[in-house]
Formats: sequence, C-alpha cells, structure tokens
Amino acid sequence: MTAVPLTTKKDWSSDQEVRWCPGCGDYSILTAMQLLMPEIDRRREDTVFISGIGCAARFPYYMNTYGMHSIHGRSPAIATGLAMARPDLDVWVVGGDGDMLSIGGNHLIHALRRNVNLTILLFNNQIYGLTKGQYSPTSEVGKVTKSTPMGSLDHPFNPISLALGAEATFVARTHDMDRGHMQEMFRRAHAHKGAALVEVYQNCNVFNDGAFGAITKKDARDAMLIDLKHGEPVRFGAENERGVMITDDGAQIVNVADVGEDKILVHDETADRGIAFALSGLAQDRESPTPIGVFRAVDRQEYGEAASAQLAAAQEANGPGDLDMLLRSLPTWDVS
Amino acid sequence: MTDTADRTDEIREVERIIIRFAGDSGDGMQLTGDRFTSASALFGNDLATLPEFPAEIRAPAGTLAGVSAFQIHISDHDITTPGDAPNVLVAMNPAALKAELDKIEPGATVIVNTDAFEERNLAKAGYADNPLEDGTLDGYTKIEAPMTSLTKEVCKDIGVKPRDAERSKNFFALGLVSWLYSRPEEPTMIWIREKFKGRDLVIAANEAAYRAGNAFGETAELSASRLAVRPAKLPAGTYTNINGNTALSWGLIAASHQVGLPLFLGSYPITPASDILHELSKHKNFGVRTFQAEDEIAAVGSALGASYGGHIGITTTSGPGIALKGETLGLAVSLELPLIVIDIQRGGPSTGLPTKTEAADLMMAMYGRHGEAPMPIVAASSPSDCFDVAIEAVRIAVQYRTPVMLLSDGYLANGTEPWKLPSVDDLPRLSVEFASETNGMDDEGREVFWPYVRNEDMARPWAIPGTDGLMHRIGGIEKQDGTGNINYAPENHDFMVRLRDERIRKIAETIPPLEVTGDVDADTLIVGWGSTWGAITSAVGRMRAAGEKVAQVHLTHLHPFAPNLGQILGQYERVIVPEMNLGQLTALLRAEFLVDARVISKVSGQPFTAGELVARIQEETR
Repeated sequence: MTAVPLTTKKDWSSDQEVRWCPGCGDYSILTAMQLLMPEIDRRREDTVFISGIGCAARFPYYMNTYGMHSIHGRSPAIATGLAMARPDLDVWVVGGDGDMLSIGGNHLIHALRRNVNLTILLFNNQIYGLTKGQYSPTSEVGKVTKSTPMGSLDHPFNPISLALGAEATFVARTHDMDRGHMQEMFRRAHAHKGAALVEVYQNCNVFNDGAFGAITKKDARDAMLIDLKHGEPVRFGAENERGVMITDDGAQIVNVADVGEDKILVHDETADRGIAFALSGLAQDRESPTPIGVFRAVDRQEYGEAASAQLAAAQEANGPGDLDMLLRSLPTWDVS
Repeated sequence: MTDTADRTDEIREVERIIIRFAGDSGDGMQLTGDRFTSASALFGNDLATLPEFPAEIRAPAGTLAGVSAFQIHISDHDITTPGDAPNVLVAMNPAALKAELDKIEPGATVIVNTDAFEERNLAKAGYADNPLEDGTLDGYTKIEAPMTSLTKEVCKDIGVKPRDAERSKNFFALGLVSWLYSRPEEPTMIWIREKFKGRDLVIAANEAAYRAGNAFGETAELSASRLAVRPAKLPAGTYTNINGNTALSWGLIAASHQVGLPLFLGSYPITPASDILHELSKHKNFGVRTFQAEDEIAAVGSALGASYGGHIGITTTSGPGIALKGETLGLAVSLELPLIVIDIQRGGPSTGLPTKTEAADLMMAMYGRHGEAPMPIVAASSPSDCFDVAIEAVRIAVQYRTPVMLLSDGYLANGTEPWKLPSVDDLPRLSVEFASETNGMDDEGREVFWPYVRNEDMARPWAIPGTDGLMHRIGGIEKQDGTGNINYAPENHDFMVRLRDERIRKIAETIPPLEVTGDVDADTLIVGWGSTWGAITSAVGRMRAAGEKVAQVHLTHLHPFAPNLGQILGQYERVIVPEMNLGQLTALLRAEFLVDARVISKVSGQPFTAGELVARIQEETR
C-alpha cells in the first residue's frame, strides 16, 4: 500500500466551480465531506465517487478524487461492478431521492441486500430539483407541485424503513444542518464493511424550502431530533425528559417520568431488525420527533470479498487457467 | 463372424445424411441429437447441427406445441449448413410426426416409436386416423419400432422400474439410429458412464436401451436401410465440436488472456444468451468474475463500472436486453471506455420468438441509442467464428476505448460444427497500457491529468482509479475535448459529435480488407453478414457447380465497414443481400454506397437453407 500523505480540505476539492443554487443544503454536505476526507486514512487516488443524475449527482465533479457522473438511477449498479472488480478502492455512491428511490430504486435495494462494499449517501430533499420542482417518492401525500396541482396521491417511501426491509447491514440518518453529525455518520458508514446507506435530510431552498426546518433548525432540535446512540437509552428533549419505548404497537414516544427510566429502549445497533424498523417508523411526518444516527450496523459477508474468494478457491482447486487445456476440454479428435 | 461381415457388406456408402430427431420436450431429443453429433464428430465426419426447441420448458405432453427437434447433417466433405430437407426423421410420438413430416424430403426414412401412436396421443396431435396405417407414410421408408415397450422389457431384467425405464427410450432410438448409420458405440457408452456416475441403475438402463436399439436393427432385418458416411477430409489438426455460445465464451477468455486483463461479465438471464453466463461462470480460475445482476440495466452498468476499474467489462443478452441497455450504452459512448456488448439475436419484437433465430437487431445495434452515439459492430458467421469475433471485439474495444456490439444469433448460439483448434501461440496479440502520467497543465501551471487527450487512434487515455496523481472526473454530460470539463457551448457539441463519429470510422484503418470468393468476375455478388454465411456459401457452391457464375463476400465488420467494401460493391452489376430481417444491411449499403442492393429476406425464425437460397438468388438474377 502506498503511504497516505497528509492532506487538507483543499487537496480534496477539485478545480471545478460549484454550480448548486446559492443556499442549497448540498454545499454543507460537500464541505463536511471535504473536511472529513483528510481524517480518513485513504488516498485520493483510491477513492471514487459515483453518482447518477440530479442535483446531488453533481457531487463527484467537486471532489478531487476519481469520479463518474453516470446516468439516472444507475449509480449503485455501476458502483457494484467497480467495487467487485476493484476491492482495493473506496467506492462512494451519491444521489438524491429521485435518483435512488424512484428510477434507481431497484438497484439500491439489490446493492443493499447483496452487501456490496459501497458507501451510499442519499440526499433526501423530498422534491425533484433539477427538473424544477415535481414531487418525489419521499414527498408527503397531498404535496402540491407542478405535476400535482391538486396534490400528490402517492404514499411516500421511508428510506430507512426501505433499507431495513432490504436487509441492509448499515443504515443511518443525518441532516445538512449539523456538520459534526454528518461527518460522524459518513465516517461510520465508510468504516462499515458492506453496503452502508446514509440518508441525509437536505434542504432544497428553491423548490422545497424548509422541508425539515421543523426538526433541524437549531431551536427545534432538542425537542424534535432523537439522537440514537449505541448502548444508551433513547431519550431526547431539552431536559432529556422524553424517550422511546417499544410496545406491541411499535415504537412509542413517552414521557420518561410517566413510564419510568427502565422502560425506555436502550439503543442497540446490532439488535433485531424489527426494533430498528420500529424506530424508523417514528418519523411519519415532518412535524414529529425524528430519530437520527445509526439505526442498524451488523456484520454480514461482503459481496465483493466473497466473489474474490470464489476466484481464489477456483484457482486453488483447478490451478490458474490454462487456455490450451480449456480449448481441449470437450472431446477432441485428430485429423492427419 | 461371417454373419457380421455379410451385413457390413450391405452398408451403402453415401456422401451425407441429414437426420432429424423429433419428440416431446420431455423425450430427451436434444440429448439424443447431441450424443449422435458427438459420436459423428469423433468418427471424423464434418457436420452441422440445428437444435430447435419450444420456448416452454415442458409444454403439455404429446401436443404439437411441445415438439422438440434436433437436426444434424453429417458429411464426408466440408459442409456449412445443417442441411435442407432431412433424409431421416425419428418421430417419438404422433405430434412429432405431424410437426415435422412436411420438412423432410420425399421418400425419406421415417423411424417411429409405435408405442406412442395410441388413441390419446393421436388425438392430441390432431390425427383422426393413425398415420402409420392410413397411407400418410406411403412413399416413405417406414421403420416401426415399439421403443417404449422394448426398452421397458430389457430394463425389467436389470431391476429398473417401468416408469424409470421409459425415460431411457431415447437411448433406444439412439442405438437404433447409430446402428442404421454406422456410428461407433464407444463414445456414447463412455459418456453415459461419466454423466450418470454413481447412479448405476440409470447407467445400466441407458446402456441396455442403446444396445436394444442396436439389436432391433439387426433382428428386424433393416440392413437394407443401413448407410455409412466416411470421415471427411478436413485440414489436419485437432478438432472439437463446438456451439456458438461456448466458442464465444472461450473467445472472451482467450482475449482476456491475450490482453492481460481480467474479464468481468454482468448479465441477466435471457434466452438464447444465458449459456454464455453459465459457461463463463465455470471458469473463475481464469480470473473471470461473473455477476448475475438484478436486471439488464444493472448488468451493463456493472460491466461498465468494471471497465472503468480496468477490467474487460462484458454484458451478454438478447434483443430485449439491448433495448433496456440503450441508455447505458450511450453513457459508454460518451465515457469512451472499453465495453463488450453481446446480442444473441432472437425473433422480435417484444418477447417474439425466444428460442428461434432472427438477425433483425442490426439497426438497433447501429442506431438504437439517443443522440449520435456510434458504436462499432462485429458479427459472427458460424459457431466457431464466434471465438474469433469475440477476440476481434475485445481488440477494437481496448485499442479504441469504445463499447463494441457483437452480434450472434440463436442459430449460431446452439448450432454446432467441428472446429479445428487454434494454437494459443497463433492467437492475435493484444495489448493495452493504462495511463500513468499527467498530460496537461492547469491555469496555475500545475501538472494535471486530462481524460480526453487523444492518441494517434483518437483514443483517450484509460486511467484507472488507484493510479497516482491522475484523479479525474468523467460523465455523460457533454465535455470539452482534452480537459474533459463540462462544456455546453454549441460549437463544442458540434465538434464532439463529429469527433465521436470520426473516431469510430477510423477503426476501419485496422480492419483487414474483404476478400471476394467464388467467381470474382461474375455479374452477381452475394453479400452476407452473420449466420447466413453457411447457407450462402453452400448455395453459391451449388450454383457454381451447376455452371452459374456468382461471387460472394461476407462481412464481419458492420460498423465501420471494411475499407474496400465500397470498391468491391462497385464492381458488380447486381448486389444481393440475403438477411434474416427485412433488409437492414441492404438499407445500410444503399445509404452508404448508393448501390442498388436487393434483399432476400427470411423472417420465419428458421435459418436459410441452401436450396431455398439458390432458388431465390436465381429469381433475382433472372
């Protein structure tokens, strides 16, 4: 391995002019990433960002790494091929809610269930930005947009629930107003072996401004963000006075004083998938307290590594490929 | 001993025999045909085969829809097609007889399993009366064998249950046909023992059935029908009998070996391409990674991702899959990365005829992407040619950094022919170098890497992730040549569209000139592409033998064309293009060369036969 040189944010920033709308949440995500990268023990050369189409998908152009801006929805598939072919690389996948959950939904769930070594960042702004403001698969029911003047009829996806349903081994949520939390989630996701999905609540200040304001603005966070921490009781509120309890009806928000501290769920990232799923169900609308942090982090065989192991096993069993032997592997006869 | 010698004397030698095995999908006709083929190949005949099976895995037993057939042409000289009208039909049930009888030559030998000709099966096949008795087979040489009951009978002695024994009746048929047409027994016996290793009863049943078929021939005094075909005088060498999909898979492995880069196959199962996925999956010890993707789009996407990482990315599919991959192919054109796209064509549109052949995807290969998105196209002409064409596709892809479309079809995929094995030392030498150095300067005078700087082939550098100092971004958005920076300027797009077109046309510089065969000085030129090669070659041969002058040229490269094609076309008064579509190459030739090319079309899901081509060429030239 080549030694990893010391770098700064500047080394990870490409020479391309950033072309997101002024005030877009994507800027803070990009900055968080460029600041985090020097702290991750990897070279720029060994880092690849792959994206699809959409505002978020411009991300690779701004990172001074290897990068591919591909086509709508297909980034997890392209990244899967790259990660399988080159297990030595760090492959990041970046896309929005339309890219990853609508046109590319199929590729996302298959990458997650296979557990390909990809770090997938899903910038969820609940709107189509680059096509100028249609509702997305995460928009709330009744959303009035250019394509839904009488309100949208579609029930939205909950990306965390979807990922858990696809048996993802690492699922987390963060938001664009908290650089430290974003970096912590990106760091954890990157360190995870296998497919890691991080949903980033991201504000589109042009077409869906303030979508997450009720939970992410500074003075709302105490009451509205439930910060999941492994091994700690799931509590929130200015005085930590509220908490989450698991009942037969799923996860319930309760006053700790009403139920007693021992009834409050202690978060376990490795616990049964059902509990993570119950927690993911807490954010049903934009006015409710919403969990952020790592919902689930478990170990399972990583796909690319397993594929490489099969190659090694085949070579062990049959020796390295011999072309001449291959050509003679069916019955042959000689003509003189 | 005397007895045997006498019988041997009765065997009549013929130049060739065409046999068609037909039965229910569950009767094992493909296997029977395959074993007969293998024995014939090892015996030294030249041969060509045509398996034909229904799209359904098991259509209702006894029905016309469920008939599965296998045609083999064996010869004592070089042949190129599975033959026109069969001389022999093996019909395992009434449906097989009904479905196939009109395909065989008048007076042909018809071998039937009489046990299957009972009321229910006759009704299912739509026969009011038993065709074995009502004169249907008048004029044919009829050989009636109670295959099912005789197989059960011999199996009883070795302790096989009647139900299980019935499954061996195809080996009875094989034994009988092998006796009639003088096939050696040994290869089949060896195969049975290897295939069913550990299942002693199955081995015993199949061997007994085969021998019972042999014995039936002797005891039923069928000696008058016995024929033999001598080994063909083929060029010296070691041969194997190969189908197109296997040859294609091996060609890809050989190309990977020659270029020194690992293969990555991203594929989604589809008939008739799946066998390439199966074959390549068996060869992981060659460093071949195979990935069964969630859909056709992911299949090509993963292959493109692997190409970006420095592997030879391949995706295999049939027409419907190419339609789905179109957008990713456009991306590959824009990214200028090597990628091998293999289309085993089948009848379309839509689901069409999944198990039948057609070659109607040429225009899709040529134009089936949005925008001006040129891709080189190569096509295989015979099962064994799939090997060479796979290597050629990889050569073009890595030398010119481009996706390449390789066209084969269902007929080549499953059809077989003897193939003289190439020497590994004689395979084309391919090479490629990844970029390792910066090649540009930024505004501040720092050395940087520009992904779209071109070499003398107009190919951009292949700089794989992990390479020191060459970090760069590529994408599907229009870019500036050289730097690769996003650039939407009108004049830039105009420049890039023309550049992408020119760089693909430039590939013609390394395509060998075409050679005209037959009567070079004839008035009529037959132009072919793809799997029509065998039928055209055979038809031209017959016409010339009859004293007609005809020239032939066959295209491997369909985009760009070989550099001398225009000059060749200009030499002939008549240009005729047999195609298994409505005239797609014909249209391209007319557009490119302003030549009055005329099509001979066939779109029935069946390959051309030489006989029908002769007749149709004569119609055109009269």
